[in-house]
Amino acid sequence: MSNTETKDVPYKPTSPNSKLDFASVWEYAPAPQDSDFAEVKEKYDLFIDGKFVKPSKGRYFKSTNPANEEVITEFAEATQKDVDKAVKAARKAFEGEWSRISAKERGKYIYRIARMIQERAREFAILESMDGGKPIRESRDVDIPLVAAYFFYYAGWADKLEYAFPGKQPEPLGVCGQIIPWNFPLLMLAWKIAPALATGNTVVLKPAETTSLTALKFAELVKDCGLPDGVVNIVTGAGQTGAEIVNHKDVDKIAFTGSTKVGKLIQSSLAGTDKKYTLELGGKGAMLIFEDAPIDQAVEGIINAIYFNQGHVCCAGSRLLVQEGIADKVIQKLKDRLATLIVGDPLDKNTDVGAINSKEQFETVNKYLELGVEEGADIYQCDCKVPDNGYFIRPTLFTNVSQSNRIVQEEIFGPVLTVQTFRTAEEGIEKTNNTPYGLANGVWTDKGSKIFKVGSKMRSGVIWANTYNKFDPTSPFGGYKESGVGREGGMHGLAAYIKN
Amino acid sequence: MAEERIDVKKTYKMYIGGNFPRSESGRTYKALDSDGNLLANACQGSRKDFRDAVKIARGAFNGWSSRSAYNRGQILYRIAEMLEDRRDQFMRELGPIGFKTAEAEADINASIDRLIYYAGWTDKYQQVFGSVNPVASSHFNFSMLEPTGVVAAFAPEKSPLLGLVSIISPIIAGGNTCVVLASEEFPLPAISFAEVLNASDVPGGVVNILTGSREELSEHFSSHMDVNAMCYTDELPSDMKKLIDENASLNVKRVVKRMIKDWYHEDSQSPYFVTDFQEVKTTWHPVGF
Repeated sequence: MSNTETKDVPYKPTSPNSKLDFASVWEYAPAPQDSDFAEVKEKYDLFIDGKFVKPSKGRYFKSTNPANEEVITEFAEATQKDVDKAVKAARKAFEGEWSRISAKERGKYIYRIARMIQERAREFAILESMDGGKPIRESRDVDIPLVAAYFFYYAGWADKLEYAFPGKQPEPLGVCGQIIPWNFPLLMLAWKIAPALATGNTVVLKPAETTSLTALKFAELVKDCGLPDGVVNIVTGAGQTGAEIVNHKDVDKIAFTGSTKVGKLIQSSLAGTDKKYTLELGGKGAMLIFEDAPIDQAVEGIINAIYFNQGHVCCAGSRLLVQEGIADKVIQKLKDRLATLIVGDPLDKNTDVGAINSKEQFETVNKYLELGVEEGADIYQCDCKVPDNGYFIRPTLFTNVSQSNRIVQEEIFGPVLTVQTFRTAEEGIEKTNNTPYGLANGVWTDKGSKIFKVGSKMRSGVIWANTYNKFDPTSPFGGYKESGVGREGGMHGLAAYIKN
Repeated sequence: MAEERIDVKKTYKMYIGGNFPRSESGRTYKALDSDGNLLANACQGSRKDFRDAVKIARGAFNGWSSRSAYNRGQILYRIAEMLEDRRDQFMRELGPIGFKTAEAEADINASIDRLIYYAGWTDKYQQVFGSVNPVASSHFNFSMLEPTGVVAAFAPEKSPLLGLVSIISPIIAGGNTCVVLASEEFPLPAISFAEVLNASDVPGGVVNILTGSREELSEHFSSHMDVNAMCYTDELPSDMKKLIDENASLNVKRVVKRMIKDWYHEDSQSPYFVTDFQEVKTTWHPVGF
């Protein structure tokens, strides 16, 4: 520990009392993930009724790699006619073969999907990073293993549903329209499709237009698994395609993950219908760090909370609330830690922070950075190297912000943290709850009773205590207030797919 | 000859924050018996009355949701006791609006039993519907139910006592507070039930009861930004249904619709009516030395 005083001993970068300075000690050699074996076709059609079919209007749109702005492939644009075809296929499957299969056998199909994903995990991870910009370390170690785990978990529920709903005879809803975002493309697909199939529904899913690649690869996998035609249908396209699904008369349920703004539009367009819906919307998670918290662990937790997946996480810990006595220390440690983050090529195994998902989002985040400065906050960014091409943003933190600042109230969905302070637990809780959102919050303290008290007063669907951004198929996830309706994951996630 | 005694009639007001105020609007409408005679002038609740009630319900939420499940159970049980005690009052309330004696008795009995049914659920739904989740990483992870918040509800139009009791009970059993619009045609039993609530250790503001018109208030019930859920159990006109859904989207309000025609049917009570107004909260903590 005292090595910094002895000149002869080399500087030890792990010393908790020193500034972390990896770069001057070690040079990181590139560690590229070989991506040759992940095949990408020139263009992808729609997956309807077990077949890849051309879009009725013949239109395709390009998908680019956000890390180098090169076109990867093209996806078909599904219009009203295509969506109608997909819904009809799903209806036919629901009323036909899929309903006749016993729950036990239905479960085995889902198990088969889980296994097949595990077998092809690396390929999926590479494609996810290429198409969406997330570091391969995350797609390889978090996204894809979780995808397999979600299918594996829900597969087992298929023939055990009556145990999840005491006093009820669980019945499937029918055709589920599912619309997913671009931040965890395949994982969000798994969150949607696994419980829907386990409960005996059929689905029409639309991936986000910037990240449709793994969903179409998944369609190939569904074919390989021998799932009956029409049980899973994948239609690609932008917002208009999503609207066609939402407004289709023969869809029984809408499951949406995305922004609160679009979620409200969907809730409003379902007005007057009897369609069931679940919404997983935005968030503005706070992390309360008390003076008795293990500070180094907390700093690591904060880094993971806001810079994981470039901050493209609805439950990201984007607001840091530090108890006054330790604020300077925590902020300094955070800045030091920020300096060690490696921003760059998503396919490099050393990369911590990859590319912002799209040009559009890149511009949005940059606008918020400008806005923060205009609002009078102090901006701090690491001075790390950033590639010339592609959409990269340096991990950022803002200090000297107030509760009413827009960068504190609004979801930025990028690697941007705001830092505020509090004196008493009550004040910290008040600030935590003072947004329209209620998805996830964090609390850091060594005192158990404080965790339970603070956790119970935070109005959000997830509380991470002395940790952050952890996910598991057995663990329900979803928001209070304007962060959404309903839960995904765990036993509670089944309720979204059965009749009341 | 003895002079005929003039009986003293009760003024029916509304129930907000544990008090019985008139509508701030000063408006009333006629509550009639089944022969069309005037029973009383009921308050015609306004937007302002509703907003006042929501503010009070929000203020009462923290305290009520922090009560122990055991305590909430005892208070619901106490409401049942008070209702039992005032059977005669409700016989007099239900008779003139068309309930035959046996029907009124059955309605009161079922209302008392319903309160006890939900009193019993207060400290059990958490055990039945919460979970400990076996996550693969080294964390302790559990999910608990927490009340959604302030609930705005339309009490059933055709079941002025049993229906009212049946929707209030599961909402407050789960720690929510509420603003309820009484049956428009038969508003008086609801206000008498407010007297029962007021005598039953239910903190002021937990249940607020307005009388008035659905047509007028549906817009305000559904659009208020500090209401977390909206609930009804009758078939509504399709334009009102649509309006409620659309307004709900302004703040992602939960809309709970359970169409119930027969409040005696076994399907008209269920722990799922409690969970309709609950949010699942999942907590993670690392496990280690």
